[in-house]
Amino acid sequence: MLRYILRRLLQAIPVFFGTTFLLYFMVFSMPGDPILAMFGDRTPNEALYNQLVAQYNLDQPFVVQYLLYMKDLFTGNLGVTFSGRSVNEVFADAFPVTLMLVTMAVIFEFILAAGLGLISGLRAGKFSDQLNLVVALVLNSIPAFVAMFFAQYFIALGLGWAPVTVGANATWSTMWLPALTIALTLYVVGMRLMRGSVIEARSADYVRTAYAKGLTSKRVVPVHVARNSLIPVVTNTAASFGALIAGTTVTEGIFNIPGIGKVLYDAIIGGEGPTIVSFVTILTIMYIIVNILVDLLYAVLDPRIRYV
Amino acid sequence: MKINKKILGGVAALSAASLVLAGCSSEEEPESTASGSDTPAESSSDAIILANGSEPQNPLVPGNTNETGGGKIIDSIFAGLVYYDGEGAAHNEIAADIVVEDPQNLTVTLQDGWAFTDGEAITANSFVDAWNYTANLDNAFYNSYFFEDIEGFSWDEPVEAMSGLTVVDDLTFTIALNKPAADFAQRLGYSAFYPLPTAFYDDPEAFGENPIGNGPYMLAGEGAWQHDVQIELVTNPDYAGPRAPQNGGLTFTFYATQDAAYADLLANNVDVIDGIPDSALAVYQDELGDRAVNQAAAIFQSFTIPERLEHFSGEEGQLRRQALSLSINRQEITDVIFEGTRTPASDFTSPVVDGWSDSLEGADVLGYDPERAAELWAEADAINPWTGTFQLAYNADGGHQAWVDATVNSIRNTLSIEAEGYPYATFAELREDVSTDVIESAFRTGWQADYPGLYNFLGPLYATNAGSNDGDYSSADFDALLEEGISNGDAAARNELLQEAQEVLLQDLPAIPLWYSNVNGGFSENVSNVVFDWHSVPLYYEITKN
Repeated sequence: MLRYILRRLLQAIPVFFGTTFLLYFMVFSMPGDPILAMFGDRTPNEALYNQLVAQYNLDQPFVVQYLLYMKDLFTGNLGVTFSGRSVNEVFADAFPVTLMLVTMAVIFEFILAAGLGLISGLRAGKFSDQLNLVVALVLNSIPAFVAMFFAQYFIALGLGWAPVTVGANATWSTMWLPALTIALTLYVVGMRLMRGSVIEARSADYVRTAYAKGLTSKRVVPVHVARNSLIPVVTNTAASFGALIAGTTVTEGIFNIPGIGKVLYDAIIGGEGPTIVSFVTILTIMYIIVNILVDLLYAVLDPRIRYV
Repeated sequence: MKINKKILGGVAALSAASLVLAGCSSEEEPESTASGSDTPAESSSDAIILANGSEPQNPLVPGNTNETGGGKIIDSIFAGLVYYDGEGAAHNEIAADIVVEDPQNLTVTLQDGWAFTDGEAITANSFVDAWNYTANLDNAFYNSYFFEDIEGFSWDEPVEAMSGLTVVDDLTFTIALNKPAADFAQRLGYSAFYPLPTAFYDDPEAFGENPIGNGPYMLAGEGAWQHDVQIELVTNPDYAGPRAPQNGGLTFTFYATQDAAYADLLANNVDVIDGIPDSALAVYQDELGDRAVNQAAAIFQSFTIPERLEHFSGEEGQLRRQALSLSINRQEITDVIFEGTRTPASDFTSPVVDGWSDSLEGADVLGYDPERAAELWAEADAINPWTGTFQLAYNADGGHQAWVDATVNSIRNTLSIEAEGYPYATFAELREDVSTDVIESAFRTGWQADYPGLYNFLGPLYATNAGSNDGDYSSADFDALLEEGISNGDAAARNELLQEAQEVLLQDLPAIPLWYSNVNGGFSENVSNVVFDWHSVPLYYEITKN
């Protein structure tokens, strides 16, 4: 087990270098001059322009810029934004908010996927199963941002059940609507997986045995059917956790949530190299870690899987 | 902001429909105070006004803030020699008197008794030192160009102290300019000219995070600026100037998108916003009724055809520019594409500045006259037959595609030539090609005034070798009139000369004027006395909570 974890962590090293290098290269090749853009329609004086370019190391060749960046990165310094704030600080402010949102979304997603999947699987072919599948199909077909606008205008603005935007009060109770909306657009895959494995499990030998030895479905369904069917749902949900951390830009924009997505979007528009690369690098590392954890979770849930 | 424009393209109708619904629900409760809002509506003057904003792109230092996100905050927490009222007229704020000795020399006397919020008295040095610091090339401040007319300013080497600024006594200093600028006194309300306390020089970085000002408002305390989230301002109890706040403070929420801010306005969760998302432009005036704001702003939109392009130099170029201008149906485009939120241009400035005119000689070239356009184009063809495609470059991240397409369609239909829009992905990309003279087509240009004066729309843009002369225009006649105008101490005579200078531009069309942008905004049911000033920002200090 320990060897397995170590090997996975070692694999992360080339991934880390590969991503930072690629990212830095892509940001470096982004067309357009961020310094010029800061002056709007006014063309800055050349002397002032040169001064600013030198200040942000933008006059150095790519390799030098990259090495300077890596040097800072290894001393734990992620650089500064154009506005002079340390990227560490920006990240520390924005990350907890996104983490809260995504955690909530993933919990909702898991409950929806497991719950509805179980109902569907147990009642395969019946009306409630059909209804479930149709609703899932509809929800899955709606692009996330459309769902967001719908939720904002009808539930928050029209009915007043939730705050219209989040802003400074990023708490569990203000962010339930965006989290639930994310969950509703995502739970479908997990639900189908759950439904499938429940159907499979119901006709499995060990379930028949359980019934045969006189257990009621009150005991069989949660312990024998549901537990074994959860494995694919857990993997699916956990994978969406990693993807969501970096993928909430649209949600954060619509509900004005001061998280990673909002900050990252601003940085991309402003051409702020260090901020973009640092953020994405951290996200990459987290994605790797989440994936390792998912693999380990597998082993916990399914004793048949063991790593050597 | 931009991402939502893309997103919204497809769902404009959807949100329009849902907005109508939301509008109905708020009408049902006409007397409601603070409906759905968690701020109790105190009807006293202590109430906090909630406004939209965006994360300042720079530390909060007046000389280094050149965008609106930081600008609104800076203007609220600092006071300068003069301030501009809603119409753009300058009035003394800290200055007791500004005497223009001649177009190159000014004497400024300060009122006694002003102080920064840390208790430091404001003297002539508070201004002179701040200006020298901002102008110093070593500090690379964005607003340094405001000082380039002062004697001793240099773009070539760092200057510690400009020789043109002399402190006479604690409350008096003189300004000597290196060239005539009769409107210099009018410029002094811009934030670059605000004073700074000595605390700034001790630690500029810390100051930028927790600025110490002298304006009607001040930061609500350490950490009042929550980055990327909001900033909280409270009234400055020691402020005794003319911009006395009628409320208890301001909170600027930094919105990621205009859509989010607009949704909050409909829910009365924000009191005043100074931007309307594209998706709501068509419906917001119905939605908000008399709480909608749609008025002219000091923003001029145009497109520029560089002199160096084939077919656009000399007499041929002049004819072609005039023909292109006459072939654009500005009225229709502003009505249809912009839902009446733009005003067709009749000169090169803006209706909000003093001296604007809609009856300049030659302004008919800005009308829509397809026959005359075709005639002029034919005349140009007689000199040198037209070849190729007329292209108009724009940045695709700024919501310009719709009007560019409409404009080139208008040109194509009128002149029977190939015309098309040429998108650049980002604003940064477009500006790079423009400023390095790489661009091989016409391109969109715009100008937002720094101070409410005609000269600001003309000098920096069309004078020979001027910094923002993107089309590399050069005209001896125009330069002479501009020079004569800016040297004239009498405001009326100055404006007249600058109008004459514009008549030269109307002949040459170094940029083809399109329209003036309006400021679009709105306010909630919880506030009154909302007035938007000449540069599109609400006069926050006048707003009262109901």
